[in-house]
Amino acid sequence: MFAEEAAGEAVHAAGWFLEHAWLIPLIPAVAFFLIIFFGKKMPKGGSEIGIASMAASFVIAAGAAYQWIDLLHHTEEPEPITKTVTWWSSGGLKFSIGQQIDGLAIMALVLVAFISTLVQIYSTEYVRGDRRYTHFFASLTLFSAGMLTMVLAPNMVQFILGWEIMGLCSFMLIGHWWEEEANSRAALKAFFTVRTGDMGLLVGTAMLLAVFGTLDIGGEGGINALAAAGEFDSKNMLMWTAVALFIAAIGKSGQFPLHTWLPDAMAGPTPVSSLLHSSTMVVAGVFLVARLYPVFHIGLDINVAGSHVNLIAVIGGITILIAAALAFVQNDIKKVLAYSTVSQLGYMMMGLGVGAWMPAVFHIFTHAFFKCCLFLCAGSVAHTGSHHSFDMKTDMGGLRKKMPVTFITWIVSTAALCGLPFFSGFFSKDEIIDSAHANDYTIFWIIGLGGAFLTTAYMTRATYLTFFGTPRGGAAHFVNGHEDHSHDEAADEVHHDVDGLDTHAHGHDDHHAPVQHGKPLPFAPDDSPWQITVPLLILGFLALVSGYLNAAPFKLHYFEHWLESSIGLPFGEGGSAVPEPPEFEWINAVPSILLVAAGFAVSLYLCKAVFGSERSAFKGLTQRNGLLGAGHKFLVNKYYLDALYEGVIVRAIAHPIAKAAYWTNQHILDGIVNGVGIGGKNAGLWVYRNVDQRVVDGAVNGSGATARGAGGALQPVQSGKVSMYGALLFGAAAVGALVLVLVNS
Amino acid sequence: MLVNQFLILGALLFCMGVYGVLTRKNAVMVLLSIELILNSVNINLLAFDRLNGGSDGNVFALYIIAVAAAEVGVGLAMVMLIYRNRKSISLDDLSEMKG
Repeated sequence: MFAEEAAGEAVHAAGWFLEHAWLIPLIPAVAFFLIIFFGKKMPKGGSEIGIASMAASFVIAAGAAYQWIDLLHHTEEPEPITKTVTWWSSGGLKFSIGQQIDGLAIMALVLVAFISTLVQIYSTEYVRGDRRYTHFFASLTLFSAGMLTMVLAPNMVQFILGWEIMGLCSFMLIGHWWEEEANSRAALKAFFTVRTGDMGLLVGTAMLLAVFGTLDIGGEGGINALAAAGEFDSKNMLMWTAVALFIAAIGKSGQFPLHTWLPDAMAGPTPVSSLLHSSTMVVAGVFLVARLYPVFHIGLDINVAGSHVNLIAVIGGITILIAAALAFVQNDIKKVLAYSTVSQLGYMMMGLGVGAWMPAVFHIFTHAFFKCCLFLCAGSVAHTGSHHSFDMKTDMGGLRKKMPVTFITWIVSTAALCGLPFFSGFFSKDEIIDSAHANDYTIFWIIGLGGAFLTTAYMTRATYLTFFGTPRGGAAHFVNGHEDHSHDEAADEVHHDVDGLDTHAHGHDDHHAPVQHGKPLPFAPDDSPWQITVPLLILGFLALVSGYLNAAPFKLHYFEHWLESSIGLPFGEGGSAVPEPPEFEWINAVPSILLVAAGFAVSLYLCKAVFGSERSAFKGLTQRNGLLGAGHKFLVNKYYLDALYEGVIVRAIAHPIAKAAYWTNQHILDGIVNGVGIGGKNAGLWVYRNVDQRVVDGAVNGSGATARGAGGALQPVQSGKVSMYGALLFGAAAVGALVLVLVNS
Repeated sequence: MLVNQFLILGALLFCMGVYGVLTRKNAVMVLLSIELILNSVNINLLAFDRLNGGSDGNVFALYIIAVAAAEVGVGLAMVMLIYRNRKSISLDDLSEMKG
């Protein structure tokens, strides 16, 4: 504050918070060590340090955001606020560490600090009594510190530093309950899959140094400025650099084909999934592309006239559809959300791939709130409602009345995720789809629309299974345990589950359950305790309103104004310019709105038919109507649906591929191998007869006799003792060294 | 610039490494000793590099670090397999090479 006055009027000073943004990652990093060393002795096991550090980070981030907006009132083209200190230097090359604050960095800083704070508050209840409670908070704090470090990185070295801290912490957190082999397996899978992509980051960074001669990202003479100005020697080299870096983004952001680690990462505690899948970790890949956008934009020919595909858009598009389709066959509520995240990350990537930088980054922003909220809702359901099970089909259903807060926030977030008009997801996702259309990427426009349809359909299914219908399994235990015990048929069917609950049926998420043994569930029949519901309400509210920062239909463009200096490329037409976001017209939004409605209707119909209880009014309708009845008969057995996925799609896709691979193996590869083998055999025979027998043998026999004599003499040396060999080796080396010294002196 | 301090350190490490390689019976300890030897060489390289004011020594040292990592990987894998087959990693038991 005082610095601002001292700086005078001529140059508007950036302000204390902007100048000291480097504190934002530093505070949690220090807090990590405090928790590790002193956490166990603290009255709350170190969680208070974690929460306090994240809250402090958030306050500074919010202050920085305020001052950044203030700065934009005074200057049209703000420079990023960069501060660095030399970290180490090697061979004349200085590696620095510090901060580079611009709109994009501030957006991510606020997001990460805010969501981390809420998730940590949530965790105090969720992992209460866990055997590694303190370590959990330590890892969580370090994880946030890693993301924050990466976000304000002024150069690629610090970027990699943050990136790798996150990789490590994700391993620790996913494998938090490593006693179960499945969990440690999932942690390893996540770590190794991401590592595969990380090689791309290392190679890409080295290539950036080779192409541009610097590792600084922003500012004059930074990578972005040089790329935008075309100051590089070889376009080809830039293209491969972008490809290498994009491989890193594929790994980290769970894009096809490296998306497989994401659903497995659900083995971690729910707050971890929530943090990983909303604002940190998986967003890092998208953030990398957004941060170095000029490199990708020019290297991969995005928005070049006449080009309708590029690597980023294709990968993003494939990811949207594949992940959305997979979400249908999941019974685990967290896995549905995991695939949903993968699919939404596909949207972000596709947005970046079609030149829609602003909508894609805005989608990072809105997605973080509603996806975090959805995960926390799932955790709340498992924690309170379904007796620590995440299985929607066996342990949930009918929870809407018992868990009103969870239900309402879930519905709001789902609406935002589906892109229902006036919810936040609509303003970001629809802009991406709209931009794909406006920028002449018709295929990706269609993919985006298809994705919207699928998103609504699978979320409707998940909502129906969780909150509507008959309570089953763990949920039935919860609901019926406090009412009369006259179970209906559905509940009786699963009653054996309930009986067995205290002995064996605990899910993997229940390590604090021993506290509750022998008691009724402590908080039933109410909703979850406040540590869980308050974050839910805040996030649910933001899922509703965060979209209005950049609501094109209402001509609100705050977000765009704050972030447009971060793109690194000018708006406009031509080779190295990003197209302006298209003017919003409701007519363009009609297809996606219709598809969302269709997805909802179709999915709801199917869910009712497939999962509905016997007394459903819907069934009466189908009995009166012959045509609907036929459809109902087909759909009423949910195994038809499963059989479709298992039998038709899997068979249709996997079987021919396997067959084709087998055919190729048998006919082409084997043919080649056999041919080579036969040729080799004939040649070998000839060589054997003419060369080997006559020429070589004579020589060999002679040398053999000599060798036998020498071997006999040297036999005692081969004692078989390793240390003896070592002594001989070093003795010989010493003699060699002695000879060298004598000769040289 | 007093290079000889670094060289003495390197020589000491080297001697400790050689001693370890020759006297230890445990395969893992021998591998550790080999690491000591490699790193003493690193120290020498860096010391001379500093003396001559180039950066070649740095590069060599980095290479050695990378090669040493690979070497330990292979070495430990072998130790694992030996252990699996014999339930022992004592080098005295490994005398198949006796001629």
